[in-house]
Amino acid sequence: MKMLNVLKADRGGQIFLLLLLLIAVVVPLLNQFTTADNPLHISTYTVALLGKYLAFALLAVAVDLVWGYLGILSLGHGAFFALGGYAMGMYLMRQIGERGVYGDPLLPDFMVFLNWDSLPWFWHGFDMFWFAMLMVMVVPGVLAFVFGWLAFRSRVTGVYLSIITQALTYALMLAFFRNEMGFGGNNGLTDFKDILGFSLQEDSTRIALFVASALALALGYLACRLIVTSRLGRVAVAIRDAEDRTRFTGYKVEHVKLAIFTFSAVLAGIAGALYVPQVGIINPGEFSPLNSIEIVIWVAVGGRATLYGAAAGALMVNYGKTYFTAALPEVWLFALGALFVLVTIFLPKGVIGLFRAKDKQT
Amino acid sequence: MKALDQLRNTMRRDRVFDFMLQTSGLEVDVSHGTILYLEDISVSFDGFKAINNLNLYIDAGELRCIIGPNGAGKTTMMDIITGKTRPDTGSAYFGQNIDLLHLTEPDIAQAGIGRKFQKPTVFESHTLFENLELAMAGDKRVWPTLFARLHSQQLERIDEVLETIGLQEHRYQLAGSLSHGQKQWLEIGMLLMQDPKLLLVDEPVAGMTHQEMDRTAELLTSLAGQHSVVVVEHDMDFVRSIARKVTVLHQGSVLAEGSMNEVQNDPRVVEVYLGEQGEA
Repeated sequence: MKMLNVLKADRGGQIFLLLLLLIAVVVPLLNQFTTADNPLHISTYTVALLGKYLAFALLAVAVDLVWGYLGILSLGHGAFFALGGYAMGMYLMRQIGERGVYGDPLLPDFMVFLNWDSLPWFWHGFDMFWFAMLMVMVVPGVLAFVFGWLAFRSRVTGVYLSIITQALTYALMLAFFRNEMGFGGNNGLTDFKDILGFSLQEDSTRIALFVASALALALGYLACRLIVTSRLGRVAVAIRDAEDRTRFTGYKVEHVKLAIFTFSAVLAGIAGALYVPQVGIINPGEFSPLNSIEIVIWVAVGGRATLYGAAAGALMVNYGKTYFTAALPEVWLFALGALFVLVTIFLPKGVIGLFRAKDKQT
Repeated sequence: MKALDQLRNTMRRDRVFDFMLQTSGLEVDVSHGTILYLEDISVSFDGFKAINNLNLYIDAGELRCIIGPNGAGKTTMMDIITGKTRPDTGSAYFGQNIDLLHLTEPDIAQAGIGRKFQKPTVFESHTLFENLELAMAGDKRVWPTLFARLHSQQLERIDEVLETIGLQEHRYQLAGSLSHGQKQWLEIGMLLMQDPKLLLVDEPVAGMTHQEMDRTAELLTSLAGQHSVVVVEHDMDFVRSIARKVTVLHQGSVLAEGSMNEVQNDPRVVEVYLGEQGEA
């Protein structure tokens, strides 16, 4: 019942969740019960692709929570996403076991290649699924907490905060590129075999991951919506619009920012963990500052401060990316840049803003 | 022997260490009738002395007006009281027991000092109702705020304040759409919701028409008594209409204090302030 309360007066959100439910049911059905020559058939490749989009959509929702409602333009959310992804990747690596190229029962291939003779301490425990899933949330959460505590306490705001989030993800990228870090260096983690005993190559596993992504997106949306509709959400918007006023009203602005920023980082980590088994690889490229900027573009295109708009933006832009990078690879980055400029100038409320404006008129 | 004495003194069983004293969440103690003590406060920005050896006492329940030419240090003084600026020297106490110099802005607000900014600042993308809801006194930590629900008493309180500031019919309007004067009132309303013991009001009638000014004067006068109110204002007519006691600041310290008449006839005041504007 509480869930329904959260969605009351949120027509966009209701439509969004219905559509999500629809594709979570229809896509697996079309994949399983139609043959390849049927025009409605959805290939397993497409299912995994859609699952990846849904993970991106969850990431976009996480960014919208801090950018749209709290006014923190984070250009480093890709880092939390990648950390979640690495935690999942470490679990998947440990599942390979003796099936690796070198057949070492304990050490992943890249460690054998580097002549390491034992597992580094931080790789212990990742053979257990529950521990890895815990780390998917804890590692990005702790990093966001420490980073946020330092940044918000020093009252770093606006563009300066954006720049240091960018530096954060860049520093992590450089660190993860190093072989000595123990995360596979340049190549990252790949060659995954199975998850919880199910082969990643199986259709059924791919469908399960797709459905899990849809479920995570729906739950993530509801959790963000719960925050946004609570008094804490109104305090967040108050901080976005008049930070000093909020402080003199008696709210500890730093604590509110820290709590929401950390929660958002945890969501981004979960998105990363869903992303990795569906694309089959995680490497330091995911920490690239460009990735984090792209997330912001998804949110801007979809529409800030709506949550479902961010998810829609992520789906639209990524579909465009898949299409363009296949059809006209050299055009994509220009198209992305142009899209951002055009949306900022002509659609300040994003694509969702178009529908909402109509809503209000009628 | 000296070291031994020191040790004995440290180990005394009735001794209370400073760090053991509770600094936040205290109830303000005004049993001596004074709610704000500012003593020997000085602060300088890049060598410019914005506040110079300022001494100011505000009585509980008093309505005090503070006037002074531009750059006299009025806003800086408010910044010090509310924790935004830390003075170089001096002490600031709220009641007898709360040391303002060791508290953060939200702690000071929660202790019972409300502040209205010079430029009216309200939460523009929230409705008036939500503005007042957010300002309402209560537990403002993160977790309780996440699960906060409005009780009927609190609803009544919001209605009451909306009526006091005369904006009932704008209840569900966004605060951003209000006129300048209405925003001033809303901000005063938000202060009332905070239920402060001491209100610091910076230029409450800037940009108001004469009727609006009269209503503001009425409102502030009615607040004095249950609350202590400190008003910083440039508009002399307005100050004359509400002031019982006026403090004149000049170059960061108190130049004169007394009733409006006494202050106006003080030759030093005439020279630095009223003289400049003629008979304002």
